[in-house]
Parts: sequence; C-alpha cells; structure tokens
Amino acid sequence: MSANSLSYNEQGGAESAVEVGLESTPTSSGAGAGAGADLREMLESTKESLKLEAMKRIVGLIARGKNASELFPAVVKNVASKNIELKKLVYVYLVRYAEEQQDLALLSISTFQRALKDPNQLIRASALRVLSSIRVPIIVPIMMLAIKEAATDLSPYVRKTAAHAIQKLYSLDADQKEQLIEVIEKLLKDKSTLVAGSVVMAFEEVCPDRIDLIHKNYRKLCNLLVDVEEWGQVVIISMLTRYARTQFISPWKEDGIFDENSEQAFYESDEEKLGTPQSKPYIMDPDHRLLLRNTKPLLQSRNTAVVMSVAQLYWHLAPKQEVGVITKSLVRLLRSHREVQYIVLQNIATMSIQQKGIFEPFMKSFYVRSTDPTHIKTLKLEILTNLANEANISTILREFQTYVKSQDKAFAAATIQAIGRCATNITDVTDTCLNGLVLLLSNRDETVVAESVVVIKKLLQTQPTQHSEIIKHMAKLFDNITVPMARASILWLIGEYCERVPKIAPDVLRKMAKTFTVEEDIVKLQTVNLAAKLYLTNSKQTKLLTQYILNLGKYDQSYDIRDRTRFIRQLIVPNEKSGALSKYARRILLASKPAPMLESTFKDRDRFQLGTLSHTINSKATGYLELSDWPTAAPDSSVRNVEVMEPVKEWVPSMGKTKPLKSDDKFYSDSGEEEGAGEEGTGSSSEDSSSSSSSSSSNEGKLYGLNSKHSEETDSSQSDKSSGHSDKKKADKKKRLQLKKKAKKAAPKERYQMHRPPTHHPLTQELWNLRTFTPKMAYTHTGKKKNRKQMVALFLCVQVSSPVFVPMSSHELLHRMTGKGLAAQYHFPRQPCIYGNKMVSVQLTLTNSSDHTLEDISIGEKTSSGQNIHRFSSIERLEPGASVTVSMGIDFNDSTQAANFQLCTKEDQFSVSIQPVVGELFLPVTMTEQDFRKEQGKLQGMNETSATITMAPENTSNQALSKKMVSVANMGVVPTGEDSLYRFAAKSVSSGDLVLVSVDLTDSSSGRLTINTEKTVIGSMLLRDLKTALAQP
Amino acid sequence: MIHSLFLVNSSGDIFLEKHWKSVVSRSVCDYFFEAQERASEPENVPPVIPTPHHYLISVLRHRIYFVAVIQSEVPPLFVIEFLHRVVDTFQDYFGLCTEAAIKDNVVVVYELLEEMLDNGFPLATESNILKELIKPPTILRTVVNTITGSTNVGEQLPTGQLSVVPWRRTGVKYTNNEAYFDVVEEIDAIIDKSGSTITAEIQGVIDACVKLTGMPDLTLSFMNPRLLDDVSFHPCVRFKRWEAERILSFIPPDGNFRLLSYHVSSQNLVAIPVYVKHNITFREGSSQGRFELTLGPKQTMGKAVESVLVSSQLPRGVLNANLNASQGTYTFDPVTKLLTWDVGKINPQKLPSLKGSMSLQAGASKPDENPTIIIQFKIQQMAISGLKVNRLDMYGEKYKPFKGIKYMTKAGKFQTGMQRPHVSCVKA
Repeated sequence: MSANSLSYNEQGGAESAVEVGLESTPTSSGAGAGAGADLREMLESTKESLKLEAMKRIVGLIARGKNASELFPAVVKNVASKNIELKKLVYVYLVRYAEEQQDLALLSISTFQRALKDPNQLIRASALRVLSSIRVPIIVPIMMLAIKEAATDLSPYVRKTAAHAIQKLYSLDADQKEQLIEVIEKLLKDKSTLVAGSVVMAFEEVCPDRIDLIHKNYRKLCNLLVDVEEWGQVVIISMLTRYARTQFISPWKEDGIFDENSEQAFYESDEEKLGTPQSKPYIMDPDHRLLLRNTKPLLQSRNTAVVMSVAQLYWHLAPKQEVGVITKSLVRLLRSHREVQYIVLQNIATMSIQQKGIFEPFMKSFYVRSTDPTHIKTLKLEILTNLANEANISTILREFQTYVKSQDKAFAAATIQAIGRCATNITDVTDTCLNGLVLLLSNRDETVVAESVVVIKKLLQTQPTQHSEIIKHMAKLFDNITVPMARASILWLIGEYCERVPKIAPDVLRKMAKTFTVEEDIVKLQTVNLAAKLYLTNSKQTKLLTQYILNLGKYDQSYDIRDRTRFIRQLIVPNEKSGALSKYARRILLASKPAPMLESTFKDRDRFQLGTLSHTINSKATGYLELSDWPTAAPDSSVRNVEVMEPVKEWVPSMGKTKPLKSDDKFYSDSGEEEGAGEEGTGSSSEDSSSSSSSSSSNEGKLYGLNSKHSEETDSSQSDKSSGHSDKKKADKKKRLQLKKKAKKAAPKERYQMHRPPTHHPLTQELWNLRTFTPKMAYTHTGKKKNRKQMVALFLCVQVSSPVFVPMSSHELLHRMTGKGLAAQYHFPRQPCIYGNKMVSVQLTLTNSSDHTLEDISIGEKTSSGQNIHRFSSIERLEPGASVTVSMGIDFNDSTQAANFQLCTKEDQFSVSIQPVVGELFLPVTMTEQDFRKEQGKLQGMNETSATITMAPENTSNQALSKKMVSVANMGVVPTGEDSLYRFAAKSVSSGDLVLVSVDLTDSSSGRLTINTEKTVIGSMLLRDLKTALAQP
Repeated sequence: MIHSLFLVNSSGDIFLEKHWKSVVSRSVCDYFFEAQERASEPENVPPVIPTPHHYLISVLRHRIYFVAVIQSEVPPLFVIEFLHRVVDTFQDYFGLCTEAAIKDNVVVVYELLEEMLDNGFPLATESNILKELIKPPTILRTVVNTITGSTNVGEQLPTGQLSVVPWRRTGVKYTNNEAYFDVVEEIDAIIDKSGSTITAEIQGVIDACVKLTGMPDLTLSFMNPRLLDDVSFHPCVRFKRWEAERILSFIPPDGNFRLLSYHVSSQNLVAIPVYVKHNITFREGSSQGRFELTLGPKQTMGKAVESVLVSSQLPRGVLNANLNASQGTYTFDPVTKLLTWDVGKINPQKLPSLKGSMSLQAGASKPDENPTIIIQFKIQQMAISGLKVNRLDMYGEKYKPFKGIKYMTKAGKFQTGMQRPHVSCVKA
C-alpha cells in the first residue's frame, strides 16, 4: 500500500488529523473544528466567490467520503443564491445530508417550491430533482403535489424529471402508490420521446404488474422507440418483452421440428398473408410483428446495452427462424471492453446450448487469445464446447490442444474439462479424446496431469468396458504424479475396476502401504477404499496389506481417516460384532455407480430472462420480474386500439399523426411502418380521413406533414368557427390530398431527394415539442368557452409559449408566370426559428407548374436588403407538378422592411421579397397578471401608445376579441381577473423586447387599446393594425 | 438503478464516492477488495460481484476501477455501458482520466456525475449537452472565472436536450469550417507457427472531427460499401438511408465523435500485412536456448509498415536473453519474462531480425511451448480492407468546408507463434 498516506478509510485518528491539517478540512468534531469554522466563516461572508470556494471544498470532502454534516446550517442558507454554480453545489450537499438533518433541511423547501414556478425550465427541473431527492418523510405531500404539477408541465424535460421523481417518492413512501400510478398513467400517454424512457422506468419500479396501463400506449411506444434516447430504449424494450409474452401467442412450433415447408409457411405469415394450407397456420399478431420490426434497426446501435436488449427480445419473442439476425450484432459486441465481452459471452453461452446453429458460422470469433482475461477465456471455451458437433469437432479439438499448452494454468485445466465434455457429447471422438488425454498424462505440468486424470476418470466411468489399457497406463504413471486429487482419482479407478487389472491393483496397494503416512488425506481415504475393495475381490493376495493399511489408518492424525478406517474394518472383516451388514459389504462397496454427467454450467441459466442481472449471477436478483409463459389463447388484441372518446383525449389522434411522420423523418423506421401506423389510424376511427392518409403515406408524408399539421392545428382550434370556415377547411384538405397524390406518383428516387433538406429534422422536432401544449388550446376552444381560465392557467410560468393561433393564409412570393413555372408562396408558421433565435421562421412552398423538371432551387448568395437570412438547403430536383415545403429563417431586425433575395433555379434567378406584417415579428409570451402589471409599469411615458377604438359588434365577445387579436399578431394571452380587460404579451423576435397589449372595454362597442413597448415604431404600427382589425367584422 | 459509485485505484483505495439515492456505506467495497485480492491480474476481477444486499458492477479503465453499487435487477450491460460513458466523458473533459486528474477536478467531476444520472437513471450522457451545462475546465476559463466571478455552469437547458438532434447544439460558429474523417482499421488475427491464418478479421472505425458552422447535413459515400459486413452507427446516422442506398447521411455532432464502427469478418479474405519467421529452440539438458526471429512485409500494397513492436512472453524457465537486433532496441524483463522489441519501420530490402541465445535455469526441464508473439504495427494511408470513401457532400449550409480523409491500418489483437497441431495428429 504505497498510497497509505492517501488512505481515506479512517476518519479521525492521528493520520487523518495530519491530513486535515494539510488540507484544512474538517472531519470529526475534534480534529477539524478549526477548519470547519474556517469554512463556516467563508460561507457566511458576503462575497460570492468566497462562498463558492467554500462549497467547492465541501464538495471535495463529500467526494472523498468525509463527514461534512456539521456545516449544514451554514450551507443551507445559501440555497437561494443567485449564483447558479453555488446553488448547484448547495443542492449536491443538501441531497447528501438532508436525510441526516431533517429539521434543518425543511428550511430549504420553500426555496424549491418557489423555483418550481420559475420560468426557466432547467431551474424548474433541478428544483424538482432536489426536492424529490431529499429523503425527508415529512415533505411527502409537498413532493406529491410537485410531481403532479410537473407531470403536466409544458417542458418535456420537466416531465421527464417528474417521472424520475415518481420513483424517488415511491421508495420513500410506498403508501403513495395509488396516486403515483395515476401520474404514471398520465405520463405514459405523453408523446415526447424524452419522457417515454423515464416513465417506463417508473412503471417498472412502481407497478410492473399493471400491464393494463400499457395496452393503449403499446403501439405508440413501439413507434417512438427508435427516437427515444438510448437508455430509455433499454428499459422500454425489456418492458415490452414482458408485455408481449403475456399478450401474444407463441410463435414457436410446439413440436419443435422445422422442416422446409413449415419454414416457408412462417415467412409467409410474416407477410401477413394467409399461409399455405396447413393444419393450423400460425398468424402472428400484427402488434407482435410491429414490435419485432421496430426494434430490429436498434441492433445497429452503438450502445451495447441496447443491442443486448434487442437480442434478448428476439430470443424471447421472435419465431425461431428469425433469431439468427441477432448473432452478427452480438458477435460485434465482443470487440468492446472486457466487461461487455463478459456479459455478452455469458448470454451467448446460454443461447448456444439451445440453438447452436445460429452461432456456428461465427465459431472463430470465440477462439481464445492469449491476452484475454481468464474469465473471458473460460466463457469462450464454454461456448466452443457448446458449439461442438461431428462436423467441427476436429477443428475445435485442435484449437483446444493449443489451449492446453497455455501458460494460464487455470485455463488449461478448464480446457481439459471441455475436452472431456466434447468426448461425452460426441461419441465419434470419445476415443480420440481419451487418447489425447492419456498423452497429456505425461505432460510436465502437474495441474494439467491432475485435471486429465480427473477427466479420464469421469470418461471411463461412462464406458468402463474396454479401457483396462488406460487404467494400466495410469497405474504406471502413478509414481510420477504428485497432485493429490489426481492420485486419489487413480486409486479410485483402480479400486473400482480392480477386476480388470487383477495383477496391477495389489501392487499399487503395496506401494501405497509404503507411502501411506506421508500422503494427503484425500489420498489416504482412497487408499483405504482401494484396500477394502481389493480385500473383497482378492483377499488372498491383499489380506495382510489391507490389515496393515487399516492399522495405519486407525492411528492416523486425521479424525476422518480414523473414522473411515473403523467403519471399513467393521464392514469387511467378519467378526462377532458385525452382524448383518458385512454380508452386504461387497454390494455396498462394489455397487455399480452412475456415471457423472458432464454438463454445461449454463444448462439451467435459461430460466432467467437473458441480459438480466439474474442471468449473470445465476440466481434471482432482488426485483427480478419473471418472464411469463406464452398464453395458450391470445388475449383480446383490441385493447391496444386507441380510440377517441373523452374530451381530454381529443387531441390524441392528432398527436398520433405526428408520430409516424416524425420517426420517418429520421429514416430509422422500417419501410413497413405504414402498416403499424395505418392500423392506428383506423383505430382512431372517428378521425377524419386525412389522419390515416397522412400516416399511411409515410414516405412522402413528412414533407406534407408540416403542412397538414398546421392546418390540423388550426382546424381544431377553429372548429367553433362559422361554417364558412369549415368550407375553407375542406378545400384545404382536398388540396392537401391532391398534393399527396401527386407526390405519391413521383418516382421513388425523387422521394429521397425530397428527404434531403436537413432542415426538416429540427423543425419537425421543434413543432413536435411545442405541439404538446397546442392541443390543450384546441381543447379549450372546442370545449366551448367554459374554461378559458383553465387554459390560461396552463400557460403560467412560461416565457416563450407556442402560438395561440396560426393563420393559414399564405402570401405569394413568386407567381408562376413570372417564375417561368416556379411558383412560391410563403407563410409564417409562428414557431421559434431553429436557425437562430433572432430569426423569424418562414415556410416556403415551392411548386413546379411548368412541364419540365426544375433543378437546384436555392436562395441566391446575395441579399440586397442586408437582412440575415438562413437559406433552405438547395432542392436538387422538383418534378413537374410536384411541390415541396422548405423552411428558412429571416432576421427582420424588428422592422417591417422587406427582405429581398433571389430565388434561383439552375437556369434562372428571380428577385423576390418578403414583407412581414408587424404581427409576425413577435413571439408569444405568457406571464402572470402581476408580472404584466410590473412590466407595464416600467414601460410608461415614451414607451406607451394608446388609442380609442370602436369595435365591430361581432368582436365584442371575449372569445372573438382574443381571436381577432392573436390572429393579427403572434401574441400570448395573459390571464386577467377583470371582465372587460384583456391582456396580451409578446416579445419582438430580434431584440427580445417585450410588447404588452391591453384592451380596456369601456362599453359594448368601444374601448381603449394600449401598447407598451420600447420599440415605439413597432408599437404604433401594431396599434394601427389592431385598431383596423377590431373595427372590421 | 445505479445507487452509488466508488472509484478505486490500483492500490485498493477509494478516492471518490457519489451517491444518487441514500448513502451506501463504503464498507460494501470490501467484497470488491476480496475479489481483487483473489484475482491474479487486475483484469481478472469479475465485472459483476453479488454481495448479500447489493450487487457490484465494475469496469476497469486507466487502472481505475469504477464500481457501481446496484440494489435490484438491472441489465448489467446497461450499467457497464454507462460507466464506460462516464470514463469517456472524463477523458473528454480532462484530456486524460487518471486518479490525479479526477482529484484535481473533483468539483467538475461531481457536477458531471450529478447531471449524468438522476435517481440512478441516465439523464444526459451526450457530450454536447453536458458541455453546455458544464463547461470543460481550461486554464483561460479558470482565470476569467476568478476575475469576473462567472461560472462554469450553464443557466439554460441545453438546446440539444429537447431536440431530435440531441448530439448537436444550435448556433455553432467557426471561422475555418473543416471536417476530418479518419478511417482506422485494426486487424485481429491469430496466425499459427507455420504462418497460416487461423482467424483474421478487420475491425474498422471512422472517427470524425467536424467543426462546421450551423446545421450542416453531410453525406458520405463509399466506393465499395458492400464490404462492410456489420456496422454500428452514431445515433446521428440515418439508418434507413444506409439500408436503402448504402450512404451515410447525418447531421454531425460538433467536434470529435465516432461516426461508424464496422466489421469485415473472417469470411472475407483478410490480407495479412506482415509475416514473422521465428525459431526458438531449447535443447534437453542444456542451459542454453537459441532464439531467432525475422519480420517481413507481406501484402502491404507498397505502403511502409511502421511503428512495429514485437512482444513475447518467454517461458518461465528462461533466465536471461542475450540477443542481437539488426535494428531497433529490445528489452527483456527477467521478472515477468517479457521480451519486447521496438523495431520501428520495416525496410523490405533489409529485413529486421533478432537473434541470439537465452540462458535457462539450471536443472529446469526443457520448456515445451512455443511462446505467443504479439505484434503491433501501423500502416499509414491504407485501409487494409480496401474500403475507400467516394465523396463527402454537405447540404444545408452555404460555405465551402475543408474536407480531409485519412486512412490507417493498425494491428489489433494480432498474435502469432502458437503451434497449432495438425488435424491428423489429433485423429491419431
């Protein structure tokens, strides 16, 4: 122990006292009191930097496992610090010591409660993390409340944290189970890939038996899987494995015979066609197939845990013929770190017992290298032994012969055992192996010899008839063998088969009599054994020898040997006292013994699910969940259909639509996706046709996804609008379908090109994230005004929220006549721009209405107006009649000055310009009424513009008013306590300045419109726009 | 899931501990120390150790054991993979992952571990996300921080955390836009004494260093993509595109990352770039042995074989070796019996050789084994599988990036020398 001075094991004591002196750190009260005071002083100082320094030192102490609990009061004071690093370190400290200092820990709770309402999602999330990590039972109700609130948070990151908090609360207080399950149920419905893994983890921990909660989410989980983060994938896959085993019928044929025909039938049933006429064709549940299909690409993951979990899923769920796909990936993992190899090899060992066929082609990958650690070598040996068959045994044996020479003796010994197993399993080579082992008996190395003897002994026992030669050979070698176990084995063999070597056996006994006193116990016992057996078979020659040995044994030092000797003597030497038993001595001692079985140690490991900890340690680990057997009859599969019923779920089907689109745009999902998604579409029966068509046309769906999604949003949010609108809606839908049809016609080659623009990925995602709350808006609107307040409540604490309303209207950018066939329209999707936070995102729809293909459509290098423009990536080809939607970002610099740029095709350039309406230069903001007032107070005087307005009678209802306002400008609604006062808030995209709008109705048709903003120009322009809009019906 | 983490150095001291749930006493590591004592080599410590109330899952990297304490069923690979990810992150942050580096940066280490796991479940493991949350320590930043009082901790949720491209942050800017790709192949082979290949396979990786502004979308295509037998991708690669067209299409992470690893299996013929001729003889009864070893190039397509290093574990009976190297230097450690010969570059005109005698322990019987010889080498500008990148295109951004592709072949686990008996002698 060279690093003794660094030993942290002892706390206190002279040694650490010295150390404490050096590092000025407190340990126990005595030694480090001075330093502790030092730190306390630093923490109580007014300088942030000193406090931070102190916290850093304290964290250093915690990291080394020292006790810093006495500083708790001083540390907890800093929990509300503004310095984020200091705050984080305090959190670390709190989580570590709160359990020990519960009363003091309560002081910090209010800070977290406040932070839970912070507009910054990171702060909300970390507050929840710490709050739920403080293991103080008294705050359980607070935690429960916080979790419930966070589970409905708008940020998926916070919801993810909530899912983690569920487990923490459950481990703190299991009585909360019922309530927690409710939260889990809610979160399981979440569509965010970020949340999925964590909530399934919570499900597994809290209520793994509530399989009914999964039904409705099964298809969603399958479809989301590729996009979930890797750790979540592992958890979801293992949960789905268990689920599938309870819900689907076995794809394995009962008789276990797979002839060509049945195999064919299997493949056909995969295609979900009815198979060839067979007695009872097995048809796989489409959901079962969906799971298999969606997990398969994950075999290519870089994360070894994901690959392993897919492998075990296939092993436990796939038809036997399909399991083969996993082998290549598993073999690939063998290149990884040794720990990974260890686990993977263990699992392969179990698999290779049942299906050696799938690993046989990769046999060479299991060849042992001299640099492998011993446990890896042994596992490879195990697998090679399992894979041995008549065809490859000679190759394997040749390889084994090399291993026997290994310098790693434990491994050489294991190899000999393996040879023994091959010899018993494959009768063809038994003799070869025996001969080989006999040759090893003359090996120089003792362990090799000893192991060989033991294995030969076992082998001879299995077929004792014709091997007297080998026994003789071993008897000859006996003098040179020193390893006790080997000597004992030889003695046992000679004793057992003494009738086959009648001449040699007595001689061996004679030699043993000479050396008896210096032998090991195990050898002595076998000597006594041999003597007894010889006495019974050949008492003439050995009577005296036996008595001599028994006498030696009688006075031996070892208790066991004296005991055994006494027993044997009574048994075999007839005298008055030994009654009935000695008559049977021969039958007792020379009974034919069953041969030992040489079996794999992995034989019974398949009782555990592969890839689990229990499988690795070969015993049931705490919390292991059994994999159930296949049900004999399939449970009702309709439970997995997703339906639209309750108003709360109104948005579910529309969410369902984004899912296939999204997974599609990542290119990961199978081409067969359509099927699963389509199923879901039909499941959501009442949804309009566009839902199923957009999901089933998965290939081209993505591009139109953007379109359709927007219109969908507006569709639902406008659903209480007049019938005139719904007509328009229908028209829109028709148009969309037509576009889709056109795209469908396009050659597959073109589809890829349409995929090319990378901009879609982040964009769709952005939409995706924001979606999560848009539907709630839709809900309130469709919910017929009854809960505007509720809706508003949902928007608390958010800085930039999703647009309340997205206008459908698009503006012409380039007419097809001037564009020589290229037509372009633009539209403001009102989403935060992903290319830069000062940019307004603009969507361009480019249509080729000419009769020839347009190539290389892009935005020209030069912009005349000097705005910063993020170009869309160039479109290589646009077929006649096709159209494509791309998005771009423009920094309008908070002015309505038009952005001029050039739209280029391969042949032409067209100057175009986008003139934004002032209302599009904002991003909606939500805030509380108090905040609004506060901010408004700051923006008085110069920054305030107001005007009296007269309103068209249609606009006076509060709903219509809000609608009008948010359609003109991209603003968020601020809750208000007063009836005739409406407030809206937004920030300008480029500078981020607040724009606050309030409308105060004086009577039914007139009121006062006030705008407070630093950007006075924008303010007055907005005022004008709003005024005109409200005046119009 | 993961309850606690202990870092143990090679002398068996716990130098860092972190708990994600309630505190587990460090005495739980005693079971680990027991196993460590039993193991003859550091690598022989079993990765999974069950104890009465916990399970210990450990990985060994850079001579540090990362011991995770588990309380209930969890896929062991999940933990192992995570621990390796932790080590990779440390390496990424501190340049190297040693005990000293960890101790020096204990606060950053703690902040990192705090972000990486929540309640034992991984929260953020993507290096780009972590770097936005906690900035890696640099000397400059330390100085600036002490003066200005700013911190290394980010205040906003990293953009990647919520996006579908979590590996890339938004708003990346570079003045020189460049993308470098290194195709590195390692040959794993076992070759017997007569020079015939027992097993050989190629493990290749494409490591990339991409410093590009904005949100570039790259496509990389190969001349001969069918060569790749089995591949695993960085999550950024669009799998479907690969399936359909054998083209790598991806939005790259910012900085260094491993784009792809692949496998060219033994079914295909793997070219072996070097050969070894050796003859090691011991005479019965004599205390001397002869040692002869010659190296030569083979199937190198005209490229030079560089940085050649030969090592061999000589039999225990060998006391000393008195050898003569035609080039380079050799060392023999009489304690571990390890012979290493740093050859350097192989000159095909004048093949390097190592010849001489070995002295044996008096009275010891003749060592009977052919020692394994392990060879390391490098060949620049060549991928031994013949894999060639066809072109790299960028979409989505307007500038012209600087692109570079480098090839290299290395020896992986390349061992030779063990005598493989003929099938016939087994049959005899």
